[in-house]
Amino acid sequence: MTATKENLDGTRAWKPVDGRLLDVEDLYVEFRTRDGIAKAINGASFTLDEGETLAILGESGSGKSVTAQAIMGILDTPPAFIPSGQVRYCGTDLLKLSEEERRKTRGSEISMIFQDALSALNPVFPVGWQIGEMFRQHRGMNKSDARERAISLMERVKIPGARQRVNAYPHQFSGGMRQRIMIAMAIALDPAVLIADEPTTALDVTVQAQIMQLLADLQHERKMGLILITHDLGVVADVADRIAVMYAGRIVEQADVYELYRQPAHPYTKGLLESIPRLDQKGQNLSAIGGLPPNLMRIPAGCPFNPRCRYVQDVCRTGEPPLLREVRPGRLAACHFSEEVIGDE
Amino acid sequence: MSDVILSAEGLVKYYPVKGGVLRRTVGAVKAVDGVSFDLHKGETLGIVGESGCGKSTLGRLLMRLEEPTAGKLTFDGTDVYRQRGAAMRHLRRNIQIVFQDPYTSLNPRKTVGDIIGEPFDIHPDAVKKGGKRRRVQELLDQVGLNPEHINRYPHQFSGGQRQRVGIARGIALKPKVLICDEPVSALDVSVQAQVVNLLEELQNDLGLAYVFIAHDLAVVRHISDRVGVMYLGKLVELGDEEQIYQRPTHPYTQALLSAVPVPDPTSRDKRDTIVLTGDVPSPANPPTGCRFHTRCWKAQEICSRVEPVLEAHGDGVSSHESACHFAEPRVVV
Repeated sequence: MTATKENLDGTRAWKPVDGRLLDVEDLYVEFRTRDGIAKAINGASFTLDEGETLAILGESGSGKSVTAQAIMGILDTPPAFIPSGQVRYCGTDLLKLSEEERRKTRGSEISMIFQDALSALNPVFPVGWQIGEMFRQHRGMNKSDARERAISLMERVKIPGARQRVNAYPHQFSGGMRQRIMIAMAIALDPAVLIADEPTTALDVTVQAQIMQLLADLQHERKMGLILITHDLGVVADVADRIAVMYAGRIVEQADVYELYRQPAHPYTKGLLESIPRLDQKGQNLSAIGGLPPNLMRIPAGCPFNPRCRYVQDVCRTGEPPLLREVRPGRLAACHFSEEVIGDE
Repeated sequence: MSDVILSAEGLVKYYPVKGGVLRRTVGAVKAVDGVSFDLHKGETLGIVGESGCGKSTLGRLLMRLEEPTAGKLTFDGTDVYRQRGAAMRHLRRNIQIVFQDPYTSLNPRKTVGDIIGEPFDIHPDAVKKGGKRRRVQELLDQVGLNPEHINRYPHQFSGGQRQRVGIARGIALKPKVLICDEPVSALDVSVQAQVVNLLEELQNDLGLAYVFIAHDLAVVRHISDRVGVMYLGKLVELGDEEQIYQRPTHPYTQALLSAVPVPDPTSRDKRDTIVLTGDVPSPANPPTGCRFHTRCWKAQEICSRVEPVLEAHGDGVSSHESACHFAEPRVVV
C-alpha cells in the first residue's frame, strides 16, 4: 500500500501516484436476478487525475451509474456482484479492502452526489444535522463544532441565510437548494474525488447553470478530480476535460472533449451527436439512431451496438466485442471501423 | 387572420389554497394568469418555461381538462368553454393531447389496441362500423409500430414505443390541434430524435397544428415555427422561432437561453452565460409589477410597480411581442 496512516489533523492520508487518483481496470459488474444475470458493466477501464473532470456519458441502462456505485462501494450485494476488475485509488485496490477500511474512504477520499436530492437526504433530520454527521462520524467532532462546520459549509455552497436555516428540513428547500446541501455534505471532508451522478438532471436550466458553476468553483478551489455522470451532451461539452462514452456496460470511446465533439470515432457517439437538436442552429435534420439499446440479459454477440450501427459489417456480428484500442494518439475507441468513422464527415 | 384555428384570450387558472380550521380559501396559486395567443393551421407553437411556470396547466386548459377561472378559448370560431354535452364531445375530437410520461399515461391493464381504440368507443361515428380494429392497425403502422402488436400490453414496449402509442391515441380522431405536453422529455437522447421526427412527419402528412410544451429549448427550437416563453403564469415573450432565439428581448428569455449548455466545447469561452440568482418565486404569491423583477439585473423602480404588457416595441427594438419595460435585443446563443 502506498497509503500512509491517517493523520490526526485530518489532512489527506492517501497520496496520488504521479497525480493519478483513480485507475479503474477491466471492471465487471453483474446483477444476479431471478430472471437471469444482467451484465451491467462488461470490462470498463478508465483513469482520473487530480483536478481533472471526466464525463461518463451514456443513456439509461448503459452502466454509467453502476460504475459510480462500484467505485463508491455502495452496490447492494446481492443482487450486484463484481466478478473481476480493479478500482485502484492512489494505487490501492479498493475492492480488496475490508468493509471497515472502505467505509473510511467514503466521504473523506471519494464522495458522491446523486440526482435526486430529495430522496438522498433524510426527511426526518434537519439539514444541518445531516451535514454535521460527516464531522461527528468521521472526525469525532462534538455536536456544536459540527454544527458550526455545517453552517460554514452551507455558506460556502451559497445557501442564503445559512445560520437561520441550519435547522430546517429538506422539504423546506427548493430543488436547487437541496442539491447545494448534498454538495455541502459531499465536500465536507474535503475528498480527492467527487462523483456527480446526474447532478442537474432534475433541475431547471437556470438552476442547472448555478449548480454547475458551483461545482466548477469547488473543484478548482480544492483540486478535486470530478467524475460527471450524465446523458446531457450539452453539459459535458461545457465542463468536461475528457469523456468516456458508455454503451451496454462498455466504454466504447474515450477522448479529449474537443476531439470527441469534432470527430467522433465510434458510430454510437457519432449517432448521438447527430441526433440532438441544437439550440444555436435551426433546420438540420435529426438523424435518429434506429432501434433500442440492448437488454442487458441478452447482449448481442459481437459488438453490442451492431444491430443499430450504420457501419456494420459481418465481422461486427460475431465473436468477441471489439476491444478499446488507440485509434489516434490519445484517443480510444471500441470499433473495427473507427478510422472510417473519424474520416467520415 | 383567417387561418387561426385556436385562439386563447386572457386565459386564467387559479387553484384555491385552503387554510384554517374551516378550510376557507385563503389564497390562490396563480398557475396561469392571463395568457393570450393565436395558433394557426398547421403550425407548431412551442411553449417553453421552467417547472411551475404554468405551461402544463395551459395545455390542460387548451384541452378543457381544466375549467378556466377566466378567459376565452375559440376553436375555429366556436367558444370552447361555452359548449356542453354532445357539442363539447364533438369539439374534443379536434383537440387532442399527448402526455409526458409514457409509463403512467397508458393503462397497464389494457392492450395497446384497447388504448388506441378507446377514442372510437366514445366517438363511434369516427370510424366505419366494424372497422375499428383495422383503423387501430393503420394507426400503429402510421406511428411506426408493428400492426401485429395490437394485442400487446404497454409494459412490453420500450419508452419510445410507448410514446408512439400515446401519439397514435392522440391522432386517432384526426384532430386539427394536438397538444404535446413534454412528449420527449422522459426519453433517452437517441430515442428522442425518433419521436421528434415522427411528430414532424405526422404534421406534414395530416396538417396538424401543434402546441408543443417543453422545457428543452433546443427541442422546441427544432420543431417550432413560433415560440412563447412563460414565466410564473404569464407569457413574457412571443415571436417566431428566429426572433426568440436570435434576437430575444426579454431578460428572462436571454437568461434562459444563455443557461442552456450547447453541445460544442469550442463555444465554451465564446458564450456569455447569464447566471440568475435565486429561485423562481412561488406562484401563490408572485412579485408585484413585473414578475421577473426579483431576479432581473435590469430591474428599475418602475418594474416592481407597473406590470409590463406583452407588446411589440417600436423604434426597431423588436418586431415581436415582449413584456418588458426595457426590452432590447441581445444575442446570447
